[in-house]
Amino acid sequence: SVQAHKEDKPQKLLEMNGHTPVPHSYDYDLIVIGGGSGGLAAAKEAAKYEKKVMVLDFVTPTPLGNSWGLGGTCVNVGCIPKKLMHQAALLGQALQDSRKFGWQFTEEVKHNWMTMTESVQNYIGSLNWGYRVALREKNVTYENAYGEFVGPHTVKATNKRGVEKLYTAERFLIATGERPRYLGIPGDKEYCISSDDLFSLPYCPGKTLVVGASYVALECAGFLAGLGLDVTVMVRSILLRGFDQDMANKIGEYMEEHGINFIREFVPIKVEQIEEGTPGRLKVIAKSTNGNQIIEGEYNTVLLAIGRDACTRTIGLDKVGVKINEKTGKIPVNDEEQTNVPYIYAVGDILQDKLELTPVAIQAGRLLVQRLYAGATTKCDYVNVPTTVFTPLEYGACGYSEETAVEKFGEENIEVYHSHFWPLEWTVPSRDNNKCYAKIICNIQDNERVIGFHVLGPNAGEVTQGFAAAIKCGMTKDQLDSTIGIHPVCAEV
Amino acid sequence: GKNEYDLLVIGGGSGGLACAKEAAQFGRKVAVLDYVEPSPQGTKWGLGGTCVNVGCIPKKLMHQAALLGSAIKDAQHYGWNIAQPVHHTWSVMAQAVQNHVKSLNWGHRVQLQDKKVKYFNMKGSFSDPHTIRGLTTAGKETIVTAENIVIATGGRPKYPTHIAGALEYGITSDDLFWLKESPGKTLTPFGFDVSLECAGFLTGIGLDTTVMMRSIPLRGFDQQMASLVTEHMESYGTKFLKRCFPTKVEKLESNRLQVTWKNTDLGTEESDSFDTVMWAVGRAPESETLNLERVGVKTNSENGKIIVDASEATSVPHIYAVGDITEGRPELTPTAIAAGKLLAQRLFGQSSELMDYDHVPTTVFTPLEYGCVGLSEEAAVQCYGSDNVEVYHAYYKPLEFTVAERDATQCYMKMVCLREREQRILGLHFIGPNAGEVIQGFALGIKCGATYPQLMKTIGIHPTCAEEITKLRITKRSGLDATVTGC
Repeated sequence: SVQAHKEDKPQKLLEMNGHTPVPHSYDYDLIVIGGGSGGLAAAKEAAKYEKKVMVLDFVTPTPLGNSWGLGGTCVNVGCIPKKLMHQAALLGQALQDSRKFGWQFTEEVKHNWMTMTESVQNYIGSLNWGYRVALREKNVTYENAYGEFVGPHTVKATNKRGVEKLYTAERFLIATGERPRYLGIPGDKEYCISSDDLFSLPYCPGKTLVVGASYVALECAGFLAGLGLDVTVMVRSILLRGFDQDMANKIGEYMEEHGINFIREFVPIKVEQIEEGTPGRLKVIAKSTNGNQIIEGEYNTVLLAIGRDACTRTIGLDKVGVKINEKTGKIPVNDEEQTNVPYIYAVGDILQDKLELTPVAIQAGRLLVQRLYAGATTKCDYVNVPTTVFTPLEYGACGYSEETAVEKFGEENIEVYHSHFWPLEWTVPSRDNNKCYAKIICNIQDNERVIGFHVLGPNAGEVTQGFAAAIKCGMTKDQLDSTIGIHPVCAEV
Repeated sequence: GKNEYDLLVIGGGSGGLACAKEAAQFGRKVAVLDYVEPSPQGTKWGLGGTCVNVGCIPKKLMHQAALLGSAIKDAQHYGWNIAQPVHHTWSVMAQAVQNHVKSLNWGHRVQLQDKKVKYFNMKGSFSDPHTIRGLTTAGKETIVTAENIVIATGGRPKYPTHIAGALEYGITSDDLFWLKESPGKTLTPFGFDVSLECAGFLTGIGLDTTVMMRSIPLRGFDQQMASLVTEHMESYGTKFLKRCFPTKVEKLESNRLQVTWKNTDLGTEESDSFDTVMWAVGRAPESETLNLERVGVKTNSENGKIIVDASEATSVPHIYAVGDITEGRPELTPTAIAAGKLLAQRLFGQSSELMDYDHVPTTVFTPLEYGCVGLSEEAAVQCYGSDNVEVYHAYYKPLEFTVAERDATQCYMKMVCLREREQRILGLHFIGPNAGEVIQGFALGIKCGATYPQLMKTIGIHPTCAEEITKLRITKRSGLDATVTGC
C-alpha cells in the first residue's frame, strides 16, 4: 500500500540521528521479517527511538497442520513449553521424593497429558496476546503475513487469505528463524510429528520413538519419560554434537539408567501406519549405520528431532542479492549483524556460526538497533555465552568443551578440575550419589584462567548463570578457590 | 618435655575438622577433641558440629520437605492426579533426616581415621598454653599436649533466661531437629534467620506456626529484602506477632504451654497456648568452660567471643581460633572451613595466604529463599552516600510459577552499584526459588571485581530466574515500574 505520508519526517529523523538524508522516502524506517525472540526485541527497541517499525510474522503450518501465534519458536514451540513440560516431569520426581520426606498420598499417581498441555497452551496464549499488546502500545505495526523481498527496499506481505501488499523500508532485519528438519523417508511428513507439534498435541503421545540426538531430542525424550511414557531414542551416531562429549555421555547414561531406551547407530528408513487414532499405531523400519541390519518397532508416536533448517530459501533473498550459505541456508553476517547488502541485517537462529539461543538473538537485536538509531557502538559479545540443556539431569555450560580446549590450547596447557557431588536434597530419598558432576577447564598459561565451566545437576541453569558472569570478568582458578561457598547448595561445589 | 601432637583442635565442627584434616595432609600428628554438652532438654549428637547435626544440614532437609509440599500442590496444575488430602508425618521426615545426619557423623569418624587424626570424645579445657585437660562423660581425665592448639568450639543457642519459664519449658534448634514427635503448634521468637527458617518449614509441613518479633526481622540483613521475606511467609501461612515480646511461659495441665506477651504497639498484654516454644534468640560462644583466662586468651567481654587477628591467632602464641567462636567473623560453615584449611596451610604448608572475609555470599532458606552477597542497600548508602550509589532492581515471575498459579509478588532482585564510571557492584540480592544456586556464581564474579557493564554483557540462560540478573536495567532512582514483562 502506498502511504499517504510521503513527507520528509523520516528524513528529518535521519538527519537528527546524524545520517545523511536518503533520497527516497520509505513507508517504514525498519521492517522486521519474523516476530520471534530476535525480531520482536529489535522492533520494540527501535520503537523506543521513535522509529516507524513494522513486524511481519507468519507461521507456515506444519505438515500435520499445526500453527501458532506471535512470538516465534521460543515462546510457542521452544524454550517456554519445553521448560514447563520439563518442570511437569521434575514434579513427578518430586512426588516420589516427597514420600521419603514424610508426605503421604495415594500409591498410584498418574499424569494427565491434556491437563498439562491445556495449562501450557493457555500460558503461551497469554504471551502471544502480551506481545500483540506490547507492539500496539509501542506503535509498532504488526501484520500476520508472510514477508518476502521482491526488489530493492521492498517486501511483499501475503496474509492467510492470500491478500498481497507491498511495503518499503529504509532498512530490513531478517529474523525468520528455523523449522524442524524431516528425514526425507516414506511416511515422515504424513505420520511423524516434530517439536512444532508436540507441545500442543491434543492427545497423549503414548509410546514414543524420538529420532535424533540433539538437545531437542534428549530434552523431549527426557520429559516424556518423566511423565510416565515408554520412550525410545534412536541415535545415528553421537549425542549432543557440538557439546562436551564427556558431559553428553553422562547425560545419556543417566537417561538410560532412568528408563529411557536407546537404539544406537540406526536411522529410520520407513514409517508406516498400522492403525489410525489419537494416538494411532506406527511401524518404524530402521537400518544400521554399520552394515545391513534392519530392525522394526511399533510406537504410538514418532517424534523427529534431527535438526533445524533456516527459513531463508523462500523469502526472496536472491531478489535483493543477500548471500546465504547454499548448503546450510544460514546467512553470514559481519560483527554488526549486517549481511552483504548494507541495508539488510539479520539476527537469531538464521545466522551462520552463531549460537541458536533466544537470549543471544534478543541481545544481538537490541544492540543492533541501538547502534543504528541511538549512536551506540557496543557490539554483541558472542564469546562465553552460557547455555543449559534441560534433560532430566540438567547440564549447564559456558565456554570451551574439554575437547575444544585441548584442540585450541594443547593438552599440556590446560588443567581440568572436576568433582562428583551429591545434592543434599537427594540424600534422604536415596537418589543417585555419583551422577552429579562439575568440571572447570583452566588455561595454565594465562594465570589458570577459567575457560570452560560444566555442571551436571539440578537447577544447572541457575547455577551456571552467575559463573558465566564471572567468566566474563576473567575469573581465574585462584579467584574461584578463594570465593566462599554458600552452604548447603549444589553450586558451592 | 616434647608436645605429643603438632596440632590439637578443640571442637569437631566445620572449622575444626577442616583444619585437622588439612594439617594431617602435611604428615603432621593431629588430634581432635569433640564433645557435645547435652541441651537443657537433654539432646545431644555425634561428631561434626552444629552444621551437620543441628544446623545447615537438617535445616535444609526439612526446608526441602516443606518445598516438596508446595511441589505436590504445583504438580496437580501440571497434570498429576493426586487424591486429597495429602498428609505429612513428622516422624517419617525426622527419622530420615536423623539417619542422614548419623551417616555424616560416621563419615567424619571414618575420615579422621583414614587421615590418621586421633579423635577424643572429650570436653577440653586449658591447663597451660600447650596442655589440654580432656574429660569424658564418665568423668575419666586425659591430658593432651600440643605444639599448636586451635579452638573451634562454636556456639550454642541462647535462652532468654530473664523470661520466666523460658529455660524449663522452651526448646531451641538444638532440640528441634531431634524431636521424635511433631512439635505441633509452635512459637519461634524473635525473627532472626534461624527463627524464620524454622517457622518457614514448620508452616510448610502443615503446622500452626507463629513468629514473634520485638522489632525488625533478619537484623543485619538488607531490610527491604527482609520485609519481602516475611511478607511472603505471611501469605504462605506463617503468623507474625509484630512489636511483641514474651514475658512468661507457663505449663498447662494438658502439658501445653501458655505464653504471655506484651504488645508494644497496643500497650496490651496477650496470651495464647502452644505445644512448643522454640527460642531462636541468638547464639552464645562456647568459651566459658575452656578456662581461657588461665592461659590469657583474650575474649570480647560483651559477647565472650575470642579475639583473633587476620591470621586467626589469639592473644597467646601458638593458640588460634576459627569459626563461630571468633569475634567479627560471619557465622557460616564455609568461612569456618576455609579459615581452618588456610590456617593449617600456613602453620604446616609454607603458605602465607590469609583468609579473605570480604564478599561472603549467604542464603536464608525461608520458604521463598533469599540469597545475597556484598553490601545491603542501607550499608552501601551509609558507606558511599546515596548520590554515589545506583540500585538496579526488578520484580520477576519464575516461569514455573505460571502454570502452577503461584503468587510471585515477592520475587525480586536488586543490584547495588557504585554510580561512578566503572560501576563496580557492591551488593547483589535475590529472592526466589533456588536463591543459593543463583547467587553462588555471581559471588565469584563480584570477587573478580565485576562491574555492572560486565554483567550486562553476559548473555542470559533462558528460561531461568538467574538470567533476570543479567537484564537488570531499571534503577530505583528512575521511579519506573520495575516489573519484568515477558521475553
